Amino acid sequence: MPAHSFRLLSLGIGIVKLLRSSDWLIVPGVLLLAFFFVAPTVEIALSSIFDEGLTGKHFERFATKGAYVEVFRRTLVRSVWIGILCVLIGYPIAYFIVHRSLRTQVFLMLLILVPLWTSILIRTYAWMVVLGREGIVNNALIWLGLIDKPLRMMFTTGAVYVAMIQILLPIAVIACYSAMTEIDRTLPRAAKVLGASPWKAFRHVFLPLSLEGALTSFVIVFMLSMGFFITPALVGGRKDAMLANVIAHNVEQLNWGFASALALLLLVATIIVIVVVRLLANRFVGVRSVGMAP
Amino acid sequence: MTVGGATVEFEKIRKTYGDFVAVDDFTLTTEPGEFVTLLGPSGSGKTTVLNMLAGFTDATAGDIRVNGQSVLSVPTEKRNVGMVFQHYSLFPHMSVLDNVAFPLRMRSVARAEARDRALKALAMVQLESTADRMPDQLSGGQKQRVAFARGVVFEPPVLLMDEPLGALDLKLREAMQLELKQIHKTVGCTIIFVTHDQSEALTLSDRIVVMRDGRIEQVDTPNRIYDRPANKFVAEFIGQTNFFALESEPSTGAGNLPELGSSIPLPESIDARAGGDWWVSVRPEKILRIAEGAERGINFDAAIDEALFLGNEVHYQASLPGGRQLQFREQRGPDTPLLARQAAVRLGFDYSDAIPVADTHPASA
Repeated sequence: MPAHSFRLLSLGIGIVKLLRSSDWLIVPGVLLLAFFFVAPTVEIALSSIFDEGLTGKHFERFATKGAYVEVFRRTLVRSVWIGILCVLIGYPIAYFIVHRSLRTQVFLMLLILVPLWTSILIRTYAWMVVLGREGIVNNALIWLGLIDKPLRMMFTTGAVYVAMIQILLPIAVIACYSAMTEIDRTLPRAAKVLGASPWKAFRHVFLPLSLEGALTSFVIVFMLSMGFFITPALVGGRKDAMLANVIAHNVEQLNWGFASALALLLLVATIIVIVVVRLLANRFVGVRSVGMAP
Repeated sequence: MTVGGATVEFEKIRKTYGDFVAVDDFTLTTEPGEFVTLLGPSGSGKTTVLNMLAGFTDATAGDIRVNGQSVLSVPTEKRNVGMVFQHYSLFPHMSVLDNVAFPLRMRSVARAEARDRALKALAMVQLESTADRMPDQLSGGQKQRVAFARGVVFEPPVLLMDEPLGALDLKLREAMQLELKQIHKTVGCTIIFVTHDQSEALTLSDRIVVMRDGRIEQVDTPNRIYDRPANKFVAEFIGQTNFFALESEPSTGAGNLPELGSSIPLPESIDARAGGDWWVSVRPEKILRIAEGAERGINFDAAIDEALFLGNEVHYQASLPGGRQLQFREQRGPDTPLLARQAAVRLGFDYSDAIPVADTHPASA
């Protein structure tokens, strides 16, 4: 049999095998991602370095203008903090929920989910109502006689933090909760009967087993904050702009190349932080081993 | 590693959940180093008793003492009892060695010493070679042995085992039972073992506590439980048996067995007219075939329905003329003929093999 017809035959067998197994179900998903995710990402990467020929001018513009570097640094630091704060607040909430009866768990998780059904824009407007000059908080404080003049809360960095954490917290809780439900309930019990105090049972058994969930929740919240756009624009001041706001501005100005360069930087920074967090976390897990067998 | 076992005393332990009484009037004292099994169907309260001793559940009333000291106010981690769980509960993120060393590390034993002692405990269950593996790389039987090593590595005076062999297949379970007996001999701690498997209880225990609906039905050695069941429930739950209705004859002091058309002498202590129903329990191996002309205490005719050939033994199911069925067993040698279906046989048993038992719980009828 000639080589090419043999190759054709094996290709045919391959296709038949693929169609027989349920693996072909992944094809639409792969196609969708290829067209609407991979292709645009490559397009962005290319347009950041090709502008009437190969050029590094967009990255040079970023590096030489202190304002851009400052926005980049702010975005990164703020996203890391919001990730950490969401985990620190969300983890205990998930811990509380997972230790209730099943019925209560369902109810409490429903409460956590409800805000997610509301759009980010609307939730951000809600914060404007709460934090504004004539807002609920100011009126309440004045009525209580704690302050004479309204506090300035809108258009501050604090407002951005509060609003972003409130918006992203449910996601952190859900990620932690789903990891915690995977933990065998007898394990903390086994730890206790074997001599671990409640704190040690948590520290050496529950925490390491739920750390994966805490990390996932940090990573998701961090990634989402890196791209946050509406909330900082509406409740933050002029100095609270994040990288996504700058990208949007440049797209409006039709500076496609520069916007692409910024987007690429955002992507790379996000990936680096996630990798570093994973590496750090792996070193931190578990009781100190008594070592290996001889 | 040898550990002195502790005396564990349960005194009138009671546990209720709202209106539901899970355990009631549970009183038991173990000998040091004794292997005591809590045996009963699910929902009989045996695991609840174990959980109260471990400190997972509070007792509603009563007291539990280990070596004379009440442990009810002692938190779980300070009770110093070992425990082996049904599904092993090994820590999946720690190596086998670290799992076994865990109780020692929690007791602030230095790392080097913890490692040595953990290795010794693993050697006892013949698993030193798996020390560096993770639990999910072990087979079910290996996991169970690691869990056992972890449960005894800190030399607790009491070891609790909650259906520890329940998740293993039959062959492995039997092998583990033998191993468990040997290890218990070396370690010497008091073992309180929970199971619903009566043959496991008979094989392993020094004493068996038969439980039903949160109450103790009988506490005794395996052979006494088997030979002298305290009531109908125990006779039925342990091993196989035949029940025949018993009616006492006030004038003669004898008991009638209407199904067999015979009567047996009854000790005076049994008054089969009072209270609940009375029965006699006759184990299948006590019912024998009777040769032509011979006699036993009770004799009757039956027809064979079914024969199960088991090599050294044959299990027969037979019917009385009235249609009521019974089981009997026959040890056999090479020349013993098998009885065919429908064959007519004359069967009998001695008076001493008919154990009068009362149906004490009307609720279970």
